[in-house]
This record gives sequence, structure tokens and C-alpha cells, in this order.
Amino acid sequence: MAKSVSISITVNGRAYRHDVEPRLLLSDFLRIELGLTGTHVGCEHGVCGACTVLVNGDSARSCLLLAAQLDGAEIMTVEGLATSGGLHPVQKAFHDHHALQCGFCTPGMLITAVDLLKKSPLASDEEIREGLSGNLCRCTGYENIVRAVRAAADALKSENQESAL
Amino acid sequence: MKPPPFEYLSVDSVQAATAALAAANGEGKLLAGGQSLMPMLNFRLLRPSVLIDINRIPDLAYLKDEGERIRIGALTRHRMIETSELVARQLPVLSEAMGHVAHLAIRNRGTIGGSLSHADPAAELPMMSMLLDAELELASAKRRRTLSASEFFVAALTTDLAEGEMLVSVSFPKMPPSAGWAFEEVARRSGDFALACVAICLERSGDRVSHVRIGMMGVGDTPMRATETEALLTSGRPLDDHLVAAAVGSIRASVEPNTDLHASADYRRHLVGVLAERAIRRAWSRATEARHG
Repeated sequence: MAKSVSISITVNGRAYRHDVEPRLLLSDFLRIELGLTGTHVGCEHGVCGACTVLVNGDSARSCLLLAAQLDGAEIMTVEGLATSGGLHPVQKAFHDHHALQCGFCTPGMLITAVDLLKKSPLASDEEIREGLSGNLCRCTGYENIVRAVRAAADALKSENQESAL
Repeated sequence: MKPPPFEYLSVDSVQAATAALAAANGEGKLLAGGQSLMPMLNFRLLRPSVLIDINRIPDLAYLKDEGERIRIGALTRHRMIETSELVARQLPVLSEAMGHVAHLAIRNRGTIGGSLSHADPAAELPMMSMLLDAELELASAKRRRTLSASEFFVAALTTDLAEGEMLVSVSFPKMPPSAGWAFEEVARRSGDFALACVAICLERSGDRVSHVRIGMMGVGDTPMRATETEALLTSGRPLDDHLVAAAVGSIRASVEPNTDLHASADYRRHLVGVLAERAIRRAWSRATEARHG
């Protein structure tokens, strides 16, 4: 076995120190080593988007990253979205708009939507569709997902306006 | 699937990366954004003995204004190019093309050096570097050299990169402010690889095209320039419907597309003509009369 690599990594605000095999994917590190099974693994080649997480604030496919390369990185998974104050506005919008059926794609959709709305807070419907186009929903529940992200964008906007007052 | 076993080495300089590549005797692979390499590892299409991670090399991710040219460091992420004001101003056709590169999460990680070195014949950046006459700067333990894009791309997934050599930067000549441009692509789904794509930069002089560059992909083993169609458009005839129709015929006649799972050769040949017509008309309407023209 190849020599293991020692990494310090922060996941959902908690610091971990692990020795990992070089070929260990971030997706497997999260699920198997840390037990954070909210990140789902679909295609394992970067097509389905189910395993999307935030790496230093930007969305990325966790099946296309090695844990070994992430020494010092900050990761956020779907488990990190909700706070003691309740669901994240994007999660709440998914709940309100019935934007999930089987739920397999949901963690990746949520994380992708969070990154999209951070980068384009005033996203148009077309931008939302384009932004979510890298995430597959095999229940084909896209309409409600787009509606939920639209609602989340509006909710985040009024939240920001209130906090600016 | 999971990647096969390999050693992992993180390097902090181009010298260390090329030395490690040379020491690996052809068994080493550079890891940049990993958005093409990691799927190939997961499928076990590649079994390198060592993965050399270049993500921690400082000063390899940048966009620089060098006067006549824009230089982009090999480790620059697609997202940085997509959102760069400098690129939007000086290389607007590249700016537009970046929105067609895969999806947000992929653009956050993927790098220009990785995309060019991977040389997928249906990827946007190799085609854009052909279109814009980019120069690629390569480094090895022993030397540095500069190649034009047309020298760099040899065949599908094959470049002129030698063993132990890496791409360190790519530079694009700025587009003239009067140039018109267009980027036209058809893909099955947003963010998918193109079935066919045509991009154009042109300059006009009165009712004639004075300079034109046409890049295309999806219709051959590598991205290409449509040189015969370029010559036809600049042969001195006024740009009217007849000339556009002749250009469409010429670009269709010049390609030998492949049939694959996604589209037949005939369909791709049809598409390249449709896209060429749209691109010529859009670029023409965007071009302004050059002052010196």
C-alpha cells in the first residue's frame, strides 16, 4: 500500500486530523472515515452531482477530489447547512416546495444551490436552471427544485435587506 | 469505482514538479483541477505510480495584462477566467466560451492548463486557443519552450508535451477593439461536451471581411481552424447572403466528422454549417469599422 498522507481538515466547523491512503476520495473520506453519510455517491465520475460539497466555500464534486490533497481545507457538507436556529433557507424552501422525492440528489442540489445563490444572489430562472444543470435528479423533479431555489433566492434577499436596515 | 493505488506527492514549485515527473519515468501524472484526471483514475483508465499535486505551487494561477497579450497561468481555474473583467474586455469571445465549460462545480476546480493538456477534442479551451492563436509555454527540468496551439494539439487526447514536461502558462493576443465575434455551440444538455461548435473573430472593412479566424470542434479528431472558409471570406467579395451560403458550403465540405453514440457524421456536418452561418452573421453585426480600415 502506498504511504499514507497526514491531513488536518475542517468539516462543518469541526477539525479532524487523519492519516489517509492517497487514493481515498473525499466522498469516501466523508462517508466512511467521518460517518457523514449525508453526502451521497452516485456516478463517481463527476457527472451526477450528488456528492457536491463546499471546499473552501466553492462547490466541488467530492468524488473528484482526494482527501490527501485537502490538508488545511474547510469542507461543508449538507450536515453543516442547518443551525440550531433551524433549517438553512435553501433547505426550508426545498421542504416548502416539495423539491425532493426519493431524496438521493437532494444533498448535492442543496449545496449547489447555496453556492449558486452566493455567487449570483439575484439569479434569474434561467441562471438557476443553468446553475443546477450539473446535478441529475432521476425522479425528474426539476420543476419543484427550480421553484424552491427561486423561493430561497427571494427569502435570502429579504433576509439581507432586513439585516442591512 | 475507486482509483487504483498510487503514491501522492505535493510539490511547491515548477522545478520540483518537472523533476518529479522526470523521476517517475513516464509513470507520473500531474494533478491540477482533477476534473478530467480523477474520472479517468476512478474508471482505472490510468494507473500512474505517482500523482504529483501542483495545486500548492504559488504564482501559477493568474491573469496578467502584458500589453499586446493576456497571459494566463496554467493553474488558473475556469471560474476565474469566466469572471475576469480583463478577459471580458480584451478577449470577449473567450469570456463567452467559458460559460459553456461544464458546470459551476467543475468550473470552480478545473484549470486551463489541465484542460489544454488533457486535449479533449470536444472541450472549449483547446478550440479557443486554436481560434485565438494562443502560445503555450512549456517547462521541463532542462528547458522552457513555447509552442503555438496548432503545434501543441497533435490528436485526440494527445499533445506535443514530452515526458517530464508541463504546461506553465498560455498567452492570447488581445482582440482588436473593432473585432466582431461569436461563439455558437450545440450540446445535448447545458454543460455537456459539444456535438459541434464554431467560434469566430472577424474584422470588417466597408462591406468586406478584412480578417477572419474560425475555430471549430466536434467535427474531427482535434479542434481545428476552418482555413479554407477563412480564405473564402477574405477573398475580397462583399459579405452578403451569397458569400455566407458559400462559406457554409465550404465549412461543411472541409470536415470529416465521426459518427458516435451522440450524433452521426452527417448530423455533425449539418450542424457545423448551421452554427457557422449564425456565427458569421453575429460576428459581422458586432464588428465595427476599423479606424485604420
